Amino acid sequence: MTPLFSVEGLAGVVFFGFILLIIGGALVATHAANLIRAVTGLAVAFIGVAGIYYFLNSPFLALMQILIYAGAICVALVFAVMLAEPMAVKKFQHRHPLAGPGAFAAAGLLAWGLAALAYKTTWPAAPTRVNAGELEEVGRAMMTTFVVSFELISLVLLVAIIGSLVLARTGRSRK
Amino acid sequence: MEIPVIYNSLHTYLLIAALLFGFGIYGILKHRSLIGILISAELVLCAASVNFMAFNRFLAPDPVVGQVFALFIIGLAAAEAAIILSIIIAVYRNYKSIDPEEPAELAG
Repeated sequence: MTPLFSVEGLAGVVFFGFILLIIGGALVATHAANLIRAVTGLAVAFIGVAGIYYFLNSPFLALMQILIYAGAICVALVFAVMLAEPMAVKKFQHRHPLAGPGAFAAAGLLAWGLAALAYKTTWPAAPTRVNAGELEEVGRAMMTTFVVSFELISLVLLVAIIGSLVLARTGRSRK
Repeated sequence: MEIPVIYNSLHTYLLIAALLFGFGIYGILKHRSLIGILISAELVLCAASVNFMAFNRFLAPDPVVGQVFALFIIGLAAAEAAIILSIIIAVYRNYKSIDPEEPAELAG
């Protein structure tokens, strides 16, 4: 416990705020019937996760999270909803009455198992750290140790772009 | 007034990741549209990278590896979202619906 009006106390308040953002955003993303609302909840949850990354000593990852997840992916999702959701056409009716409680039970069991695993295990810390995890070190590691994975990611992105263009093109009427 | 400091322990972050994972699985099972399932899958991916970053911050001898891995997860998630969205649009053109039950006839 630490007094509220100190640096650590205020940082703790901000941390609680980010946790609330994550939980609220995830609740909206899973419960909203309107898909646009679900995407907004997803963006809120992503911003909360970006704050968590900031607390984990990685402002660069927080920036990338906001830029790529909350920026690019959510905008792409909104585009897809606009293109593919027939507004107020048929509702999804045929669902099993036990689907909601069953999903809740399965997800709760999995999350509880993971949390119990995290608390029961004694995690051994590394005796020494070779660097502080600065952005400069990240860039150097990406261009030396992980250069093959880095190039493969660019190849995967190229294949994804071409593949999504081909997939979305077929079936379009030529008028 | 006093407040507990919880942002310096590994368990807090693992708990957040487990919570995000649970929300993602719940959404995947509950949502009745393909885009909703994709949204929940993104939550699961996010939980995985929170776990990587937590272990990276508290346990790893080289704190660069986890950050690079999380960056790769973000890149792959972007590619995956693009592919899945184009598949959803193709399915919508053919079936006029994004209900996951509709393309079941592809199973033969």
